[in-house]
Amino acid sequence: MSNEKSPFIVEGKLADNERLKRESNNLRGTIETDLKDDLTGGFTADNFQLIRFHGMYQQDDRDIRAERAKQKLEPLHNVMLRARLPGGVITPDQWLAIDKFAADHTMYGSIRLTTRQTFQFHGVLKPKIKSMHQMLNKVGIDSIATAGDVNRNVLCTSNPVESALHVEAYAWAKKISEHLLPKTRAYAEIWLDGERVETTEKPVEPILGDNYLPRKFKTTVVIPPQNDVDVHANDLNFVAIAENGKLIGFNVLVGGGLAMTHGDKSTFPRKASDFGFIGLDDTLAVAAAVVTTQRDWGNRVNRKNAKTKYTLERVGVDNFKAEVEKRAGVTFGETRPYEFTTRGDSFGWVEGIDGKYHLTLFIENGRILDYPGKTLKTGCAEIAKIHTGDFRLTANQNLIVAGVPAEDKEKIEALAREHGLIAPETSNQRLDSMACVALPTCPLAMAEAERYLPDAVTELEGLLAKHGLADDSIIFRVTGCPNGCGRAMLAEVGLVGKGPGKYNFHLGGDREGTRIPKMYRENISEEEIMAELDSLIGRWAKERNGNESFGDYVIRAEIVAPVVDSARDFYE
Amino acid sequence: MSQQSNNPSATGAVLNEQQFNAITQAISGLNRDQLTWISGYAAGMAAAQGGAVAPTAASAVAPAQTDAPTLTILFGSQTGNAKGVAQQCQSKAEEAGFNSKLVSMADYKPRSLKAETHVALFVSTHGEGDAPDDAIELHEFVSGKKAPKLSNTKYAVLGLGDSSYEFFCQTGKDFDERLGKLGGTELVARADCDVDYEAQAESWLNDLIASLKDDFSAAAPAAQAVQTGSAVQGAPEQAYTKKAPFTATLLDAQKITGRDSVKDIRHIEISLEDSGITYKAGDALGVWFKNAPSLVEAFIDTLSLDGDAEVTVADATCTLREALSSKLELTLSYPNFIKAYQAATGSESLAAMMEDKAKLRTYMAERQLIDIVRDHPGSLTAQQLVEAFRPLTPRLYSIASSQTEVEDEVHLTVAHVDYEAFGHRHQGGASGFLCEYLEESGEVDVFVENNDHFRLPDDANTPVIMVGPGTGIAPFRAFMQERDAQDAEGKNWLFFGNPHFTQDFLYQVEWQGYVKDGLLDKITLAFSRDQEEKVYVQHRLLEHGKEVYEWLQQGAHFYVCGDAMYMAKDVENALISIVQQYGEKSEADAKAYLVELRKAKRYQKDVY
Repeated sequence: MSNEKSPFIVEGKLADNERLKRESNNLRGTIETDLKDDLTGGFTADNFQLIRFHGMYQQDDRDIRAERAKQKLEPLHNVMLRARLPGGVITPDQWLAIDKFAADHTMYGSIRLTTRQTFQFHGVLKPKIKSMHQMLNKVGIDSIATAGDVNRNVLCTSNPVESALHVEAYAWAKKISEHLLPKTRAYAEIWLDGERVETTEKPVEPILGDNYLPRKFKTTVVIPPQNDVDVHANDLNFVAIAENGKLIGFNVLVGGGLAMTHGDKSTFPRKASDFGFIGLDDTLAVAAAVVTTQRDWGNRVNRKNAKTKYTLERVGVDNFKAEVEKRAGVTFGETRPYEFTTRGDSFGWVEGIDGKYHLTLFIENGRILDYPGKTLKTGCAEIAKIHTGDFRLTANQNLIVAGVPAEDKEKIEALAREHGLIAPETSNQRLDSMACVALPTCPLAMAEAERYLPDAVTELEGLLAKHGLADDSIIFRVTGCPNGCGRAMLAEVGLVGKGPGKYNFHLGGDREGTRIPKMYRENISEEEIMAELDSLIGRWAKERNGNESFGDYVIRAEIVAPVVDSARDFYE
Repeated sequence: MSQQSNNPSATGAVLNEQQFNAITQAISGLNRDQLTWISGYAAGMAAAQGGAVAPTAASAVAPAQTDAPTLTILFGSQTGNAKGVAQQCQSKAEEAGFNSKLVSMADYKPRSLKAETHVALFVSTHGEGDAPDDAIELHEFVSGKKAPKLSNTKYAVLGLGDSSYEFFCQTGKDFDERLGKLGGTELVARADCDVDYEAQAESWLNDLIASLKDDFSAAAPAAQAVQTGSAVQGAPEQAYTKKAPFTATLLDAQKITGRDSVKDIRHIEISLEDSGITYKAGDALGVWFKNAPSLVEAFIDTLSLDGDAEVTVADATCTLREALSSKLELTLSYPNFIKAYQAATGSESLAAMMEDKAKLRTYMAERQLIDIVRDHPGSLTAQQLVEAFRPLTPRLYSIASSQTEVEDEVHLTVAHVDYEAFGHRHQGGASGFLCEYLEESGEVDVFVENNDHFRLPDDANTPVIMVGPGTGIAPFRAFMQERDAQDAEGKNWLFFGNPHFTQDFLYQVEWQGYVKDGLLDKITLAFSRDQEEKVYVQHRLLEHGKEVYEWLQQGAHFYVCGDAMYMAKDVENALISIVQQYGEKSEADAKAYLVELRKAKRYQKDVY
């Protein structure tokens, strides 16, 4: 770390989270004391935030919060755990272990696949938390740094066809994740009863710093032409560049991010900036340099302006890039050409170039649970029992049964059909729709998302059919609050929760995820949204050019203006 | 100030523990005259040291005049009924101009018994034939080797119990038998009173007074009635009584278990506005209730009777429906109903069942009266039916509030008994009324039942340990409100248990508040179903045994409230092992330690 004061450091009274991180004794806090406190199911004071760095959020069942207050009971506190699963790869044995834990020890009994290519347990009560981490550890999974002001779970395109390239890209995702991981032993000590080693050496964290990052930080490795990971939602992206099917290096994109705050125009979604090309050998150094630059220059005074995208806007892309080059000892080369053509998953069977087969299953909302007549969770477990390959969680919240030998195809498909994991009637519109978790568990949610989506899609299907477009689809995403887990700010139609039953209605993204949609109507009801869509889809059906997508149409028809440079034109 | 020689508050307020023990030892075994002399001697010494002297205990318990005989009225009461009849006995003795003395068995020195000439005993039985706490020591004494000859003692025993239990009035029977065997002379034959005891008790008391006439006729015209023991002294006169209750209004019946709980426990708030009723933390509220309309109709329909038929109950005339609704006990089963119902209907199946007492008991234990009628439908008149039932009695609930906090409200913690069995819904009589049939602002007749055997220490510096699983938590909510209002310095430790943390943690947020404020020093929880092995409060007591014993040695009062059948016994056994282990005592000494605690009113139970 440089000693001289950089002009790019924001001066002022530090945000309270900065004190919290500084005083946390490298993320230990007094979590262990809280674990022994059986008077409450929650965590107290700083620990409430600190457990996030260990991959957990304290939540409660918001549906019954008022009811419990009357019952003189505290909110039904529990934690949500988000595993660290770089690239979303999980083995059948691991799957069976988490399947059992979800059934036996969580309030909701489900495995939730997320847009961060990992799984979440919802509703784990305090007395079960430690045994949960120990169970995960036993099968080789942890949840270190999947939340909090750190580099979070690293995504990697789930491209089963290009199996050789995927293997290389996935290896990098894993390496980057581990390279940027906190080095503190807090996780092992608290959850795994690990040995307590007294260290006087400072800093404990050479990359993240002992005050950790100013804000959350998200990284991906993406294999074009797929943009399933949504690069523009991430702080740091490594775009795989291959020659003759062999990975040779990455284009580096920095400073994407979708979160914003309602009513605060200093916040906005932003696309990632292209820094240029690097060779494979420079990957870790560049990753560390981007992280440390953001660590040192990121805004620690105002958390709402703390993410990398705002640092880039404030210091300038060139200055940031120059600093990264200096710190990594690397000069970015000219960006290699690549193209994103799609973000969605390809459902059904595909044969990889290695001769193995891969079955992509559509999981509505990513929620794996046994429903009446659709025993998704049992189905996945039954497949895991006989599957010899692995599973891949996609950034679209779907599941790939990967690496199936030809002779097992029939058996696996039979199980998938038996348990409703393959539903032939699923429309394209449903496949292209996505929502975050939101109510009742997410404490940030302002409106429904996951629970609203299935019905919203049914209505949308009806509108498409009404206008003769039953086989078409619109990238439709609902997110319960402006923090963006549902990535609505890269949808053709994005709904951002504003209050119960009310959303900001955004329009005009593209299918590839390279254009931010603009707010078209503010704070409107579900009925009003559907009425707007009815009229807009009607116009699109009549006026579209050939196969012109809905997002492109509304821009061309000047229904909304395109967002080109969001820092300047997003709110115009 | 209380007037017993073994006043427990002396330990906290005046004497240290060592001094108290030394004095207790020195005076144990002395008779009343000797004790009186000592108290005078000590008062003289105090006067010599200067300063004001509090009136001594001796002055209050000075023996009654010369040769006139005294009727010693002893009571061992758990819920207050025995005490009530004993008080009635004293009134009647006064009216007759007899000298009398009313003493709780808890405050009575067993060795004094042989000096008594006339004793009337009023004692209840609870659980499986067990003596109430107050009576344990005297009960053991008369049954043991040290029991004296009572050839100069005339006695009478009135037992109170519940005939639906196998060992009905057992403690009364025990006393009667032992006093007779020790050479005592029976004044009148023992009465075994059931839940509906009032009329029987009244006539028995009249017989008793009549039997005393000869011996007491020479008594001084100005009869003296002496009350001894805090139990009687502390009880304020209540304007509203069981027979003349206050018609209060229901403010709230809020469920306080979570939606996934298997229990339906309610926090009941009742307004006592304009009644002038006062109560103390530890008291109980008597609640008169009406039977569920659906239950009333079920009897009428099953027996094909006319709900408007005129019947006579306790010399008053009303319709069958009215009688069933508010005058008769329709839920809990009792053998007398079966007898009367069988006699009226001539049911052969019931007659066969009555042959085997044990079987009948099991059969009754699982059923409410309506189940028995449904199983054995028959033909009888409306009048026969009402005569088969016993009168409705109010239910007592430990009060869950302190007036320092809630003023003219009274709060209860009520388990709503509500379950499916034999193809029908079943509810508790009073709990169904409070939790379901009584609407908000509805009227409910209530009265306060004093319970001076369940009181916070007089000295606010004394630590307290409270064990109250399930609805046993109720009086401790009152205790904490009271200690809070007192700014009591004494430490507080609560043990609570129930099935699940997330669903059954009664008053959770209030305990959290008290812990945060520092009022509640410790709270130890046992949620039995949250892990594979079941954990109950007694296990938690044992786990914390060392500290529990330390608190006791610091003078802590120990309170238990809740289930009498299992919990209170398990807690007592845990306490005995704790005293054994950490006090390095034999089992017998540990039990003796508890007896001393109980005598010093430092071990109090409110169990049901």
